[in-house]
Parts: sequence; structure tokens; C-alpha cells
Amino acid sequence: MKRFKTTKGLIGIVLLLLIALVAIVGPMVIPPDAATAMDMLARRAPPSLAHPFGTDQLGRDLMYRVILGTRTSMEIAVSAVLMSIVLGLPLGLISGYFGGFIDNVLMRLVDTLLAFPALLLALTISAVLGPNIQNTIIAIGVAFTPYLARIIRGEALRVAQMPYVEAARSSGTTDGMIMLRHVLPNILPAVIVQGTISLAFAILAEAGLSFLGLGTQPPAASWGLMIQASRDQLDIAPWTALVPGLAVALTVLGLNMFGDVLRDILDPRAK
Amino acid sequence: MKDIVSVDHLRVEFATDGGTVVGVEDVSFTIAPGETLCVVGESGSGKSVTSLALMRLVEFGGGTITKGALNFVRSDGSILDVAAASPQVMSRVRGNEIGMIFQEPMTALNPVFTIERQLTDGLMLHEGLSQSAATARAVELLKSVRIPEPERRLKQYPHELSGGMRQRVVIAMAMACEPKLLIADEPTTALDVTIQAEILALINRLKREKGMAVLFITHDMAVVAQMADRVVVMYRGRIVETGTVEQIFENPQEDYTKALLAAVPKLGDMKGKPAPERMRLIGDEAARAAVTAAKPRKPQVLLEVKNLTTRFPVKGGILRRTVAQVHAVEDVSFTLKVGETLALVGESGCGKSSCGRSILRLIEPTSGEVWIGGRDIGALNRHDLRRARAGMQMVFQDPFASLNPYRRLKDQVAEPIQNFGLASGAELKNRVLQLFDRVHLPRAFMNRFPHELSGGQRQRVAIARALAVNPKLIVADEAVSALDVSVQAQVLNLMMELQEDLGLSYLFISHDMAVVERVAHHVGVMYLGRIVEIGPRAAVFDNPTHPYTQSLLSAVPIADPRQRRFVDDLKFKPISSPIFPLGHQPAPSIYTEVAPGHHVLQA
Repeated sequence: MKRFKTTKGLIGIVLLLLIALVAIVGPMVIPPDAATAMDMLARRAPPSLAHPFGTDQLGRDLMYRVILGTRTSMEIAVSAVLMSIVLGLPLGLISGYFGGFIDNVLMRLVDTLLAFPALLLALTISAVLGPNIQNTIIAIGVAFTPYLARIIRGEALRVAQMPYVEAARSSGTTDGMIMLRHVLPNILPAVIVQGTISLAFAILAEAGLSFLGLGTQPPAASWGLMIQASRDQLDIAPWTALVPGLAVALTVLGLNMFGDVLRDILDPRAK
Repeated sequence: MKDIVSVDHLRVEFATDGGTVVGVEDVSFTIAPGETLCVVGESGSGKSVTSLALMRLVEFGGGTITKGALNFVRSDGSILDVAAASPQVMSRVRGNEIGMIFQEPMTALNPVFTIERQLTDGLMLHEGLSQSAATARAVELLKSVRIPEPERRLKQYPHELSGGMRQRVVIAMAMACEPKLLIADEPTTALDVTIQAEILALINRLKREKGMAVLFITHDMAVVAQMADRVVVMYRGRIVETGTVEQIFENPQEDYTKALLAAVPKLGDMKGKPAPERMRLIGDEAARAAVTAAKPRKPQVLLEVKNLTTRFPVKGGILRRTVAQVHAVEDVSFTLKVGETLALVGESGCGKSSCGRSILRLIEPTSGEVWIGGRDIGALNRHDLRRARAGMQMVFQDPFASLNPYRRLKDQVAEPIQNFGLASGAELKNRVLQLFDRVHLPRAFMNRFPHELSGGQRQRVAIARALAVNPKLIVADEAVSALDVSVQAQVLNLMMELQEDLGLSYLFISHDMAVVERVAHHVGVMYLGRIVEIGPRAAVFDNPTHPYTQSLLSAVPIADPRQRRFVDDLKFKPISSPIFPLGHQPAPSIYTEVAPGHHVLQA
């Protein structure tokens, strides 16, 4: 069981390192324009020696596009999720810890945001701010914040009622210190799990925005954009969906495995 | 008489991440009809595993019976080896020929079914009764466990019944098919002492009337003394000693049994002794050598509580308006002197914990005054209150929940010192070292995390943390209730030692009369938010005057098999509700002084 856990962690870390390597080094080593060069004679070509992953509807090489898309997708997803944590963590923590009036005000705010579908919210923000990478990140980050805040609030509410919090309060620890030293470490596992799950959704959310012309702008490549483009040719060229889909799946798998291990590393009880 | 159960060299293993763990090994015992066998041991001794193995429920917890035979004589006279029986046979035996009562009566009953449904399901399944016949039988069963108005109870849901009623229903369910063997796993541990007395008396009567064999699992030596015919003492998965109850209590052979018995506070032990006294533990030379001569004390008042009242709102309706109030603490007044212990005793819901928390203002009292060392705590603003908390600390009940699992012990002990900026750097480290020495914990524990310690060790850390800022007053809220008896005695001794050395005052909140008799200088008995009787420990215990104190004391099990108290059916007055409508003005507490310092609430 223990060995299985370390193996799992190792696989997760190797996967993530691989993806990071592709994202950082990939765009530097592939020939320039390789990802955008169209070959109208080889449209929707199945995987072959010339195009290991096949080509898309414009005859662009999918391998190069996946490599180029890694950076865009990861950049947007990771930044957006980090942003939603930066916004949602204090919101949920304060709301859950103090409760009462503060909780009511903050949570009604969050509920209002929750009332809009996340994608619609992101769409609105992105439409107002204009289509570029930074605004896509902001749009997805803000749209994901209420979900994270809700989960963190629930955890903080639970932890705030633990006797060790009462013990800290009765020995004169200030509220800020209690939140930092006692509540935060105990809700971190939930944040990690929710964060890794959110990353997968963020990649897909970016795809949705791109599809509507608000995310990544063609001819630039992102995984989400590629999946969207493959939508109406699944029956004739399934690899156009399979290749970026597999990339997303492997990333999420790596993140989940790594998240589990990270949670165990942070938990003194699991040692 | 022929034994109904004979367990022979039982071994149960659990497969875990870290390999195979032996739950119990080489456990053998027999039970005859009409006999109560008590299996006693501390947590982790394997007593529950043994009972679960007998029901073959141990498999649901990941255990396997790897060795031994569990022979059970069935109703038709055939002998069944439970260890080898098929699941089909076992499901006919469980609940039918072997009944079981669990610790927590609320979780043993399904909250969405009426009492009728819970009782009749088993009857219709095992006995093939029709709906109407099963209902008639259910009424009969409720009568046999002495539940008043059984017809009405059948239509009620578990939450509508009190804890004692619920446990009676659980017993009625276990008795439904007239089992030949009743397994009771800590059936009264979660119950108040008066309810415990009722339930123990009920089990005794049912055993006598039906000639049932009873396997009674408990950690409480006093309950063993009251219930057992024969006793099996277990330690770390093995049997230490077996014998009749008199043999075990009066002439124990093994060191472990002797140590266990020495650690049990026995009600009445302190008769004629003026001051609290440490327990004489075996192997604890410090406690033996301790001079317990009462030091002359300066009768200086540390804590004075005047007319303290705490009420909680009960919200209801769509608008969540306050519809009623829980009168948790009602017009409570007392004083506590420097270097003394005042114990607040009472059953669950009597307001003793709320009282302690109100004094520290962990919850805000509704009215009343609290003076500590000449300062009115109630009048302090947030900032001053935080400063004042250095003088008053708290030790909590659950040592597993009162320490943050993510922080090293030294950081948790250092935290109060840092909060008040009392020391830093090398001085801080030194202070923490001294505190670990003070509570007799090895210094090597400083860098550990809470989960690496046992319950008793954790509670020592909690005490060290409370001592960190040199408080005058420590509120100990059920501080030893969650600990095993031998550990409980050690922690009690530590607390008394600290009191002698440091002149601490304790507000000792507890439900355990025997423990209170051991540690307290003064005792206040609480009932429905009020102190009904307060006075010197000897006066309250030797001359209990309020009817509630009397009934409470008569319900305490005594760790002596020659003083059996729960033979006939007992019925204590149930505790009424402390919830009153808004605007209810309760009468003030007026006391009669029956002896110097001994006050009793006027009815």
C-alpha cells in the first residue's frame, strides 16, 4: 500500500515534469511556423510517419499544435486556478471562521456569483475586458472563485469548532493567528483537492471561451481550442479530438496523483 | 450447568497498510446460562474485537478469525462453531439467538423509522409473525423493559425519546427474539450515571428472568464490580487473568490487574480525609512518597462568581427568530480560593460546561459578575480580556481534538507564551523544556506531532500548554473523562501535584463522582443550570441534603462486588428540559445553610 502510494506520486511527478518540459522547451525547439503551416493536400490525415499525430481540418500538424498548445493551456489553467485560490481562500476562511453577520454578507455575495453559470460569467467578463490571455485568466479565475470559497468556508466552519481552536482562543491567540496557524493548515487538504480538480475544468473552460472567440485567438493553439475544432469531424477524423483530449487527460491524471501525494506530505499523520 | 458459549484459543488478525496486526490472541473463556461474564480492559485491549468475533461481525471491520473455535449452543441443542459458520447461518443466529447492545443508543436506532418499525422488522423476519402479532409483541417487549406508555412510544421516532429510553428500546430490540446470549458492548458508557444505574438494573433483571447468558464488555471497573459473576481481564489482545468477581477484586494475582484496581477511584475512599489525596499507584514511587499532609492555606479568594446566568437562544420559524431560550446557567454563585479545587458535578445538560466557559468568557454570559483576583472579567473589553486570559486557562475533555494535528508539540506549548510576548529565543525554548519536564513528558516529544502520542500523553501536553503562561486558575472541563483508568489516575495525580507545587486553583468540571471525591476541596452539584448543593467535599458526600444529590450518589456504581446496588428495578426522575419561553423569569436561587459552608437550594 505504501509502495503503491510512492509509485503513484512518482508517476504524477514524472507526468507533470514532462508536461512542464514540453510547455517550456517545446515552443523553442519546434520549427517556427510548423504549428500554423497549412497543408491543404493533407487535410485530416491520419497519423503517419510525416505527421505522427495526424493533421487537422486545415492540414496543420497536430503534434506541433499539441506541443504549442501545452504552454497556452497550462498558463491559463494554472494562473486562473491560482487566482481563484488567492481570491476564494481569504473569502471562505474569514466567512467560515467568523460566521454570523460577516458570513451572511460574504456568502450572499458568493451566492450571487454562483447563480450565474461559471462559463457565462467568464464569458461576460471576457467580453467586457476584451479577448487576450490575461483577460481569459481573470475571467476564469473570477468565475471559479465562488465554488472554491464555498468549499473553503465549509471546511473553515468545521475546523473553527474544533477544541484546539477554542484552546488557542482561550490562551490569548488573536483571530488572525488562529486562522493562519490553526485553521489554514487543517483546510489545506481540501484546497489542494479542489484546486487539482479545478485545473481540469479550467482547461475546458478556456476551450469554451476560445470556441466563442473570446479565449485564445487563432491561429495560436490551445488544447481546448483543438478539442472544440474537432467537434464536427469526430466520425471522420477521431484523432483530432483524441490527441488534445489525451493531453488533457494525462495532465489531470498527473495533477491528481501529485495532489494526493502533496496532501499526504503536508499531513504529519500520514508519515 | 452446560456452557452456552465456549471460546477456545481465539486469534483475530487485521490486515493493514503496515502488515498484519493481531487483534486478539489465545483468548479462551466460557459462559453458562444465567451468568454474566464481564470482559474488562483499557482501549486497545481487544475486548470489543472479542465480542465482534463472537457475532462474526469482525469481518466487516477488516478482521479475520485465523485460529480457534467459537462454540455456541443453538436453541435446538446443536453446537455451532461460529468461526466456521456460513454467512447464511450467521444471519439467522445474529439478532435471533445472540442479541447485541451497542454503546451509542442514538446511532443503533435508525432515525427515520418509528420505534414500532424498528422493533417489528426483526420479529417479522426471524419469527415470521404477522404485522398485528408483531405489534402486539412489540408492546409486550417495551413493557418488559419498563417503558411507560408503550403504545404511544411505538408511534414515536428515536429523537423524541430520552437517552435512557432509547437504550431501553435498543435492549428491547436485542431481547425481541429471546436470545440465549446477550452481548453488551459498553452499553452504558455514553449514558448519564442515573440512566446507567437504570439500564444495569434492567439487564440484571432480564438475565435473572430469562436465564440468559450475558457477555458484558466494559472499561469501567466499578460497573464490573456491580454486574459480573465472572471476569476476564484483557490487555493488549491477551487475557491477563480470569476469575470470579470476588477473586479479581479481592485477591488479584497478576500485576496488571492489581495496577488497574489501584487506579480506580472508589466512591467512599476519601471518607474522613480532610484534603484531596493523590492515588497510590503501583509503580509510581513519586506518588507514594508524596507528603499529603494538608498545608495550611491562606484563605484568599481567587475567583468569585455572582449570580452568573447564561442563556442560549432557540431559533425557529422561517425568519429564524428567537422563539425560546435555553437556561444553561441560572443564577449561579460561588467562590474559589487560591490553591483549592472546586468541582462542579452533574449530568449531561446540567450547565456545568457552560458555566466554566462563561467564566472564561468563551461564551458570553447573559448577566452576573465574575471576579478573578479582584478584576471584573465581565467588564473587560476585547483587548483587556485577551490579556486577562493569561491568568485563566482551560484543559479540555478530548485530548485528540484539543491539539492541532498539524503543529509540533513544542510550538503548541510555546504559543501562549508568544501570544503574550513573555519570552522569545533561547528563553522561550528553555521555558518549553521546563514545561515538558513539569508534566513528566520526555523532552524528545517536543518535536513530535500530536498523533504520535497516546491519549494520556496528549492530555499532559494540553496541561503543559495551559501552564505555559503561569495561570492562577485552570478550568478543567472533563479533563480526565476520555482517558483510560490507569492514565486517568496518573493525570489526576499530576494535577494534584501541580496544585501543591504551584498553588493553582482548579475549577474541575466532571460527571464522575468518584473522581470528584478524590480531587475536590469543595463540590457544587448542578442540576438544570443551578447549583442545588454546594459545600466542602466531606459535607456534600457524607451528608447529601438535596434530593438530587442523594439520587445522584445512589446511582454511582461502586468498585466493590460486595456492595451491589443495582439488583432491583430502578427508576430515577428524568431531568426536565431547561428550555423556557421568552420572557420567562425564573425564581432566584435561595440557599439554606445546613452546616458551615454547606448550602442547599431551597425548593
